[in-house]
Amino acid sequence: MKSLRSPLGTVAGLGSAKSGVHHWWLQRLTSIALVPLTIWFTVSLLSLPSLDHVTVISWMAQSWTALLLILLVLVATWHSQLGVRVVVEDYIHNTGSRTLILVILTFVHAFLAVAGVFAILKVAFGGAA
Amino acid sequence: MRARPLSPHLSIYRMSRYSLLSSITNRITGVILSVGLLVLVYWLMAVASSNREYLRAHEILSSGFFKLIYAGLLIAFCYHLVAGIRHLTWDTGRGLERAQAKRSTYIVVAVTVLLVVVLGYWLFLAAGRAS
Repeated sequence: MKSLRSPLGTVAGLGSAKSGVHHWWLQRLTSIALVPLTIWFTVSLLSLPSLDHVTVISWMAQSWTALLLILLVLVATWHSQLGVRVVVEDYIHNTGSRTLILVILTFVHAFLAVAGVFAILKVAFGGAA
Repeated sequence: MRARPLSPHLSIYRMSRYSLLSSITNRITGVILSVGLLVLVYWLMAVASSNREYLRAHEILSSGFFKLIYAGLLIAFCYHLVAGIRHLTWDTGRGLERAQAKRSTYIVVAVTVLLVVVLGYWLFLAAGRAS
């Protein structure tokens, strides 16, 4: 059978980086995790008697709440980063602006993840007034 | 070198409009939810700050404008959740026949509407608050 590799590929001797489905797989993995996490968050938040500061702090300071909230923030920002990346790659065709937008989106997502986790930990460790 | 075909080569697809429409809606709702992450983190940072700061954020987050945003986020969340579960089912190779995809689109829309009504009632009416 004729090789499917291009002549350039044969000469350069470069093969697959074995990461072809990495992005796809992470998108699925994070989406599976987000099903229970987002349902828990919605039900848990809506079940609070009120949203005044004291109530929210005592809710967020519970170990399980803090733990699940951290997971939610990390997985949601990760999933979001993977998702908007594909959207940008698909619809922004100018290489320069595409790269620029991807860099900005990555920074924004990293900031959101760190800020969210920081806020939760601060409350969980009793740092909120 | 000849230009290689690039990702959404939409012109060669002959997807049924059901799966096409419901798939693009999944993307749009996903982007809306990404914006919602900003609101979530803003709220978390407010909780972690002082009592006065939280009150100020609470006032902003309880405004009519934000209630509109919550309504949008709620619809986007419900759709993205239900359609996402269908995408995960598709990934296992099930339900890809045209008739099945058409039927599951109706199911996705019906379950989404149901979820929006239940959660919307809980959020806006039963709890008597929205933030």
